[in-house]
Amino acid sequence: MAYRVVVVGGGAAGMQTAIELKSRGIEPIIVERDIELGGKARGWYKLFPTFTHAREVIGPLAQQVKDMHIRCFYGQEVTQIAPDGVTLRSEERIPADAVVVATGFTLFDAHRKQEYGYGLYDNVITSVDLERMMIGGRVTLADGSEPKRIAILHCVGSRDEKVGQKHCSKVCCITGVKQAIELKEMYPTADVFNFYMDIRMFGPGYEELYREAQERYNVHFVRGRISEAAETINKRIQIKAEDTLTGRPLRMTVDMLVLLVGMSANYDNVKLAASAGLALAPNGYFKARDAFLGVVRSEREGIFFAGTATAPKSLADTLAEASLTASAVDAYLKEKFNIE
Amino acid sequence: MRNVVFGYGISRPRAIDMDNNDLRKSRDIIAEMPELQACIGCGSCTASCTAGNLTDFNFRKLHTAVRRGEYKGVYAELSKCMLCGKCRLVCPRGINTRGLVMLIKRKLGDF
Amino acid sequence: MSRRASWQEYQKDIAADRYYYARSCIRQNFFPGSEWAFLDILSNRLGIDIYDDPLHTSCTGIGYHSDVVPLETIMTVVARQFSLMAEAGYENFVSSCITSFGIYNEVLATWEEFPETEERTRRYLREATGRELVKPRSIAHTSDIIFYQREAIARKAKHRLINRHTGEPLRVVEHIGCHYAKIFPKSGIGGSEFPYVLAGMIEAWGGDVVDYPERRHCCGFGFRNYLVQANRGSSIANSHKKLESMAPYKPDFIVANCPGCAMFLDKWQYTIAEMDGMAYGADGKGIPVLTYEEMAGLVLGYDPWQLGMQFHQVDVEPLLDKLGVEYDPGAKYLGADGKYIGKPADAAINCPSQRPIYERRK
Repeated sequence: MAYRVVVVGGGAAGMQTAIELKSRGIEPIIVERDIELGGKARGWYKLFPTFTHAREVIGPLAQQVKDMHIRCFYGQEVTQIAPDGVTLRSEERIPADAVVVATGFTLFDAHRKQEYGYGLYDNVITSVDLERMMIGGRVTLADGSEPKRIAILHCVGSRDEKVGQKHCSKVCCITGVKQAIELKEMYPTADVFNFYMDIRMFGPGYEELYREAQERYNVHFVRGRISEAAETINKRIQIKAEDTLTGRPLRMTVDMLVLLVGMSANYDNVKLAASAGLALAPNGYFKARDAFLGVVRSEREGIFFAGTATAPKSLADTLAEASLTASAVDAYLKEKFNIE
Repeated sequence: MRNVVFGYGISRPRAIDMDNNDLRKSRDIIAEMPELQACIGCGSCTASCTAGNLTDFNFRKLHTAVRRGEYKGVYAELSKCMLCGKCRLVCPRGINTRGLVMLIKRKLGDF
Repeated sequence: MSRRASWQEYQKDIAADRYYYARSCIRQNFFPGSEWAFLDILSNRLGIDIYDDPLHTSCTGIGYHSDVVPLETIMTVVARQFSLMAEAGYENFVSSCITSFGIYNEVLATWEEFPETEERTRRYLREATGRELVKPRSIAHTSDIIFYQREAIARKAKHRLINRHTGEPLRVVEHIGCHYAKIFPKSGIGGSEFPYVLAGMIEAWGGDVVDYPERRHCCGFGFRNYLVQANRGSSIANSHKKLESMAPYKPDFIVANCPGCAMFLDKWQYTIAEMDGMAYGADGKGIPVLTYEEMAGLVLGYDPWQLGMQFHQVDVEPLLDKLGVEYDPGAKYLGADGKYIGKPADAAINCPSQRPIYERRK
């Protein structure tokens, strides 16, 4: 009989972990809160740095889960985690030989940065709203017209102690570069300004894409955080920042302001961690056992992590880590049950 | 209008005004030298600058300001450059900074 | 309102009755009618107990913010006000001034964070006055109280903020003093980015709130920035920026909850007209600037001259006409005893004969 592993979360991390487990002869069960697999990537249009369609990554993974006959629970929320299984909100218990926490992250709620007027001003949108528009095939202002001047603000809900988000969300810089290029391709005569604090191009091909955005697409990069956005009488957005490289305040009016929202830890991490006797990192993410040799292991034997449950990660890093998780689970089960 | 002597006036804002600045010359300069946009503000041009070590000449700030449409005084300021070419040697983005000095002067004229 | 629901995240407990009133230095001089109106509305219209104590002093905030009053001194002065309140048998402190309101909150927070400063202040107060410090149960700004009573006032309203010539709601710019909620967002109704304290009154009384780009910007008073003549250029530049930003919305009037802001937004309009030739408002008559008590008073049917509106730089008569307020034009410059008290010289902003000179800029 195959050993059974419950994978909490059916996003990219959960799917990849389950696929890898299944191919090792282990029986994974995915418990997904939503009504379908795919997680946050389902709301994404194209992926940095290659402009691959997100559905070309998520689609095959979901198909593979189906083809491998991996059991999935949909619309089910896990309320308690233990090394020997999980408990659902319905109080149903799913026993298992190990558990993988692949619960992902929560998008930072841009309403909380009140100074940008998200939700109040029609032409202040988030990076997620922009992806949704791109999936829909047309990016316009609220009145349906074409934007001529766009500002993209980095670090909304990242590196900001005022909203309890001390960490860097890692992927927003490159997302900002990617979205700036997509906007320039749609509207070549539009001016796109990225307001950044630091540009963190940590992945392969990212720095190259940044340079391409600057040189080939003529995207303007201004180092400084927008301090305030306000709507003008004709529904444009007036912004204030410091151009820190010239040491002077800068103000301008744009047609559209895109807020690059960061990654927050899930609010229910607190309860899940408490149920499992696990510690959380100060930023609310699950704490890995070791930063080098135990990145997918929790402090309790039998509970593992995959993906952004432990920290902001790119989709590529998440997929790579999920394979590592499957191999760590496999090793654990072999040792525990003394299999040759 | 009566002339009231107040002893002060309405201070002019210091902010770079991207709505009213004339960006045409800035666009011209960028169009002729697109790699200028690739500047990452590292400051190595200013650090190595012969003139900048003797005066408050700051090439990084100057060309950033020009890109924002701030031209006032730039021509005169650029005359401090000795065209030694060290900045071009150190620029990690490969920007032809020495050529840029001449390009900006040519485009702006004695603004 | 609708979308601006974020104000509901920032609410504070405001005592319903039995207030101890702390006056404002500026307002007693420039808007004495407003403080009178506040006391009259509460005591005589709403039946609320409010005590106007002749023993209390300036909070010394202007001196403090201008670097002439040390922190220890202002803390001791604040402690004295609180102990006076306790002696009078009250525990809900209500400040008429935004600067003071900020200072009371800041001092209380400092005592909380650094208990040794509270101990020191207790000692100073005892040594200087023989009094014991008793901390208040609640602190509110007077605009909080009017906000709290806005529905009660609406029920007694004689006028609504509606242009009686057009039937349209009046367009009202609200200006919130910086120290109301920028120091402690939780201390203000609606927080610091979208304060609701004045907007709530305007909506309750039928007006439309104008949200213009520089709404959150400081009026520029800044204490030192105004008090030193050489710095006044930066002070006026801030009001100028706000007036320029609100002008396209053609506001019918401005309402402010800070003594300094109401004064400067009003009087700078004259200065700007003299310096720059720019006169705001319809026909270059300026945009009237009201205190929230004046706004409440007009809604309740008070006489504008009793409210002290003749003290304004920008004439309020066009606004009174829009509201349908009855007033005696000839009584504007009569004193309480009915005698003529003299009239200010004509000034650019409100002198009809000079108006054509100040055409709006192209």
